Amino acid sequence: METLINGLSLGGIYALIALGYTMVYGIAKMLNFAHGDIIMAGAYAIFVVIGLQGNLLLSAAALLVAILLCVTLGILTERVAYRPLRGASPLAVLITAIGVSYLLQSIAQLVFKSEGLPVSTGAASLGSVPFLGTNLKVSSLLTLGLCIIIMTALTLFVDKTRIGRAMLAVSEDRAAASLMGINTNFIITLTFAIGSALAAFAALFYLMQIPVVTPVLGSLPGIKAFTAAVIGGIGSIPGAMLGGILLGVIECFCQSVPEISPYTTAIEFGLLIVILLVRPVGLLGKKRREKV
Amino acid sequence: MAFLTVNDLEVSYGLIRAIKGVSFEVNEGEIVALIGANGAGKTTIMHSLCNLLPKTTGQVFFNGQDITHLPPHKLVPLGIAQVPEGRRIFQELTVAENLRLGAYTRKDKAEYTQTVNKMFERFPILKERQKQVAGTLSGGEQQMLAMSRALMSHPKLLLLDEPSMGLSPLYVNTIFDMIRTINEEGTTVLLVEQNAKKALSIADRAYVLEIGKIAKTGTGAELLSDDSIRRAYLGD
Repeated sequence: METLINGLSLGGIYALIALGYTMVYGIAKMLNFAHGDIIMAGAYAIFVVIGLQGNLLLSAAALLVAILLCVTLGILTERVAYRPLRGASPLAVLITAIGVSYLLQSIAQLVFKSEGLPVSTGAASLGSVPFLGTNLKVSSLLTLGLCIIIMTALTLFVDKTRIGRAMLAVSEDRAAASLMGINTNFIITLTFAIGSALAAFAALFYLMQIPVVTPVLGSLPGIKAFTAAVIGGIGSIPGAMLGGILLGVIECFCQSVPEISPYTTAIEFGLLIVILLVRPVGLLGKKRREKV
Repeated sequence: MAFLTVNDLEVSYGLIRAIKGVSFEVNEGEIVALIGANGAGKTTIMHSLCNLLPKTTGQVFFNGQDITHLPPHKLVPLGIAQVPEGRRIFQELTVAENLRLGAYTRKDKAEYTQTVNKMFERFPILKERQKQVAGTLSGGEQQMLAMSRALMSHPKLLLLDEPSMGLSPLYVNTIFDMIRTINEEGTTVLLVEQNAKKALSIADRAYVLEIGKIAKTGTGAELLSDDSIRRAYLGD
């Protein structure tokens, strides 16, 4: 039970990050490999605000600062690095994204050096609650609850609002969407902003579990969340949620068994390979009809 | 000046000049057809009018305003809607959602309800299938949806790119009847068609496009009785 809740909350973090990958892929048709480093930037913002005296109130304030920084960075990278390449070959955009990723990591290294910096989010002071004979960490429950709220809100936004509908339209056919009067550049910028805001949440939740900031903090969760997005079907919002949760739960269960815990990462990426062999579009991915 | 004026339009794909200096006009209230064979450049003209494709040179004026370089989404509020070649409806969204997207630039809810009911009245099948995903509609139904979606923005000028493509003769008639009705209700129409006979039969005026240039122009009736046109495009 404890493992399940921990897995679900880790899965929630992966899902938040995976949503950033999948929405940008769905709408801008590009893989934003700098997404993990946006989380890292958010983590440093949280570090600067709360340092070691963290409590929950301060963490909430730090989250706001992190959201502000991440959204600004997300919009900035889209404007400066990706927009000039709209219409260029996907490979050029991909290389640029990798370049942006290294750029952000190097800036963090220059400013904060490469040693890990400890952060106290106040999560540990929350303690745990007994439940059916096990102890559940309150921070995990909090993470899980907030992830569910955020994902529900996002789903409602995309399905029920005018802007959300415009996002779906741009994702399916950018040219046709522009003929409806939709400003596709605005929708793409907005998507980057939403993805980056989710990354800021992920940064705080991540630090609640592992309270150390480094310039490469975003890399592994980034690549795992990307895996989750692909497992769920890249471009699909429910797919990213499902893939993230699935990966988080598998990771925690693997780690709870001493015999297989060293192979956790191998098992996760192995799962990716198996799923892609069986269902190349991912669990909830849709085959897109080629346009003539 | 005419309602829509196109001056000396050139469009290139890399080094290839697809449109080599085309000028034409559409007057308010008219149906104007651009006809021509496959590869003559009809769709290229339609795409470049709305800047889905960049123009190499040339100017476009609509209602006295220079729209040469306006991005596509800014044309809709001015009153220009395009039904693109191949319909391009949003296949994964429902019929109703497609119509809502057509009215993206119209914020008036009452107007929306009224317009959508008008579309449902015109095409009862769309009302029946409003909750259905649009990709499941037949070709003819998709064309009806594409046209209704464009009309949701209350255009003054409707650009129709190959509306009869891939449709059964029955649907072709329905679609052309609808074009005439839309025009009678006050919308100016610029129509690009391979089906020259049908296009000329409803067009006030038409231009014949041959490999990126305008080869001939006249009223629909004139061109229908022109011997060279009959041989080249009408299969007589």
